Amino acid sequence: MQRHLISAADLTRDDAVLILDTAEEMARVADRPIKKLPTLRGRTVVNLFFEDSTRTRISFEAAEKRLSADVINFTAKGSSVSKGESLKDTAQTLEAMGVDAVVIRHGASGAPYRLANSGWIDAAVINAGDGTHQHPTQALLDAFTMRRRLVGRDAGIGQDLAGKRITLVGDVLHSRVARSNVDLLHTLGAEVTLVAPPTLVPVGVERWPCEVSYDLDAVLPKSDAVMMLRVQRERMNAAFFPTEREYSRRYGLDGERMAKMPEHAIVMHPGPMVRGMEITAEVADSERCTVVEQVANGVSIRMAVLYLLLGGNEPAVSHARTTEEK
Amino acid sequence: MSKILIRGAKVLGGEPQDVLIDGETISQVGAGLPAEGAEVVEAAGKVLLPGLVDLHTHLREPGREDSETVLTGTRAAATGGYTAVFAMANTFPVADTAGVVEQVYRLGREHGYCDVQPIGAVTVGLEGRKLAELGAMHESAAGVTVFSDDGKCVDDAVIMRRALEYVKAFGGVVAQHAQEPRLTEGAQMNEGIVSAELGLGGWPAVAEESIIARDVLLAEHVGSRVHICHLSTAGSVEIVRWAKSRGIDVTAEVTPHHLLLTDELVRSYNPVYKVNPPLRTERDVLALREALADGTIDIVATDHAPHPHEDKDCEWAAAAMGMVGLETALSVVQETMVDTGLLTWAGVADRMSVKPARIGQATGHGRPVSAGEPANLTLVDTEYRGLVDPAGFASRSRNTPYEGRELPGRVTHTWLRGKATLVDGKLT
Amino acid sequence: MDKQEQQDKRVRPELQASDARPVLEGPDIARVLTRIAHEIVERAKGADDVVLLGIPTRGVFLARRLAAKLEQITDRKIPVGSLDITMYRDDLRMHPPRALARTEIPGDGIDGRLVVLVDDVLFSGRTIRAALDALNDIGRPRAVQLAVLVDRGHRELPIRADYVGKNLPTSLRETVKVLLAEEDGRDTVLLGAKPAQ
Repeated sequence: MQRHLISAADLTRDDAVLILDTAEEMARVADRPIKKLPTLRGRTVVNLFFEDSTRTRISFEAAEKRLSADVINFTAKGSSVSKGESLKDTAQTLEAMGVDAVVIRHGASGAPYRLANSGWIDAAVINAGDGTHQHPTQALLDAFTMRRRLVGRDAGIGQDLAGKRITLVGDVLHSRVARSNVDLLHTLGAEVTLVAPPTLVPVGVERWPCEVSYDLDAVLPKSDAVMMLRVQRERMNAAFFPTEREYSRRYGLDGERMAKMPEHAIVMHPGPMVRGMEITAEVADSERCTVVEQVANGVSIRMAVLYLLLGGNEPAVSHARTTEEK
Repeated sequence: MSKILIRGAKVLGGEPQDVLIDGETISQVGAGLPAEGAEVVEAAGKVLLPGLVDLHTHLREPGREDSETVLTGTRAAATGGYTAVFAMANTFPVADTAGVVEQVYRLGREHGYCDVQPIGAVTVGLEGRKLAELGAMHESAAGVTVFSDDGKCVDDAVIMRRALEYVKAFGGVVAQHAQEPRLTEGAQMNEGIVSAELGLGGWPAVAEESIIARDVLLAEHVGSRVHICHLSTAGSVEIVRWAKSRGIDVTAEVTPHHLLLTDELVRSYNPVYKVNPPLRTERDVLALREALADGTIDIVATDHAPHPHEDKDCEWAAAAMGMVGLETALSVVQETMVDTGLLTWAGVADRMSVKPARIGQATGHGRPVSAGEPANLTLVDTEYRGLVDPAGFASRSRNTPYEGRELPGRVTHTWLRGKATLVDGKLT
Repeated sequence: MDKQEQQDKRVRPELQASDARPVLEGPDIARVLTRIAHEIVERAKGADDVVLLGIPTRGVFLARRLAAKLEQITDRKIPVGSLDITMYRDDLRMHPPRALARTEIPGDGIDGRLVVLVDDVLFSGRTIRAALDALNDIGRPRAVQLAVLVDRGHRELPIRADYVGKNLPTSLRETVKVLLAEEDGRDTVLLGAKPAQ
């Protein structure tokens, strides 16, 4: 792994498993009376959010604070800041303050990549979601949730998701979650199927390491996990589908459809859910739905990523050491 | 004016000859011409071409003098071997009146580095709704014959039809920027495998092809001629080929960058590769080269589009579209067309001087290198290879996609009506 | 120990071992653990509130062995767990991040108990300093004691062990390596020369 985390596609299988294993240990901190580690004491992390996302920001903030980093929140939402220069100028301002890492959420695909590779700053860059490109920590927390549920909390240590059949349903075209998940799940050995109306599948998807289907009912019985992607109502106005009703009828997950899934299969959602659109309340509130777990797991995953990128003298997932010095 | 003897140049890439310039014209072409009374330019091994003509240049003046002016743009043109450039109309104010086109025309004449022929807007303010005063621009001192809303597509079929019909009265031509606007809302790059991965809004080939198909049919219907700007897809090539085979009066241009670069470069998210139309795929690049070689595509035009540094030093979505091209065009054409065996130097002269001059009716340009013709000439060291260094550009802007890339060929001399504008690679 | 040496040890433990001389063999290790178990019972007056926490990797195996011996002596279940100190280390910034080991606190926790930390080698004392910090975030023991298999000296902090298997005077040019059957296939403590820098 490089100094930065920009795309799930940058992670090797071993990198990803190490992050998941580390997150498993981080998760235990949440069970302690003092939910804090001194690991990033004296390091400064900026949460640079050009796009509203309270949940992602809070998740990163909790992770940073549990590792004792100094946290600066910088919300520079959309139109008030003039485009272009603002990213560079803001970045350089932060750099001048001696920031060690920038967690960035940006509406423009590639903005974190630019930030990491343009020479504007030296800090490590962690992508917290860019446009319709990538959201690697989301994919990691999803994989973490799947591994816990499908392989086991302890049995999963050191394991990937080989042979697990994962189905992603919904607006793939506009989804950074889908892109990150396809990349990471493939790296971890899972078999991924995308299900969506053809209008919401990108041209060029044929090169992705996954299958594409337009028929949800056919795929459900062969799924170990079904991840429902959020569908924004405004897509309807752009003629991606005729009506909300027709969308939910063809691609929404209700109790009846959930019954077609294997007994052990789980239902996932990156949130926020649009109940009644892609998922019914019955499914969202069922035992099989991992939405709340995913949120908790998000903190552990982000702690793991922060530790592995910032915890040492050099960010190094690929060569983390296991031997003690004596 | 004095005499200049260009000695031993390979005229259009042929056998070495001497070319004698007397005043504004070529007085003699032949072997062993006497040097007496003439300044001698040793040109052994170099290729002599008619001065290049660019049918598609953005000089930015008036309005965006921070990125280019007529002066800096024409200096860049002379450096690249050009003796005439057609200045696009998307300035501020838009070149949609006789007043603006005359201003640009006059500035070019005053600076004297390169003839500047303004292109007039097709519609008022490039808004696509109301025809600009095409006749007035034609009758002005600038004598506009080429009209284009470049940067925007004349997407309304009725307006396009009227424009094609109207310019017939004075032999004008409409140059179309083919981009169906609805299909390219939010578009950031070529739609395909790379855009799917990068999550950048896709710019489908069909958005270009559908407009070209419509416009060649319109041109046929009203019996006018149409010119297609910066054609970029294999499908567009097929449509133009079909139109020509039907006898439709259509001409087409390709930019140097579409002959060399592909959308794979966008993986860097470096906005220096952001351009309109977008970089396409390898398959498109090969089809464009073949079409330029077989004459389906008539000319190379640079679409020289200067932008200030800050408009490119940002995230992809916020960046301006366009690349500078005047100073690297001939090198890219040598790399992609000559060194690959697709085109001879005579072919290059045809595609980069003769044909663009003919389409744009630039009198005195694109003429044969022979006695009695205006001395608009370009001398090229085709053996040269070097790295592109934007710091040395004459253009005010540096947004080249070729920084640090090795390219062949270098223009050493340019003469505009017998006056040297570039000597040994240096502007006069 | 530098990074290269660490990698060598991980990849080629046998090569390292062959250069070194054993100072404790299997039976010695078993004997000193038995002695330490008795000392714990002695000093803790029956060891009824003892919790053993091993420091990964080999400290955990030693803690488990000690617990087994304590159970034999006291005929009572002895809580045993592990305490990973990686994220409390004071040299985190000097190396790439390490993979974390498991921290497993026995069910009843450590509040009010006598925690005996168990490690294989006591050297600078920095590991134990980190372990004390880590304990601090987990609970409030009645007291904390330290048991080590080997004390090789060269302390850099005011820390000492309560139970020592073997005091082994060493020079800084030497390395001490504990091999345990659970991890390394055999029990032995090796004293070797540090490779030339």
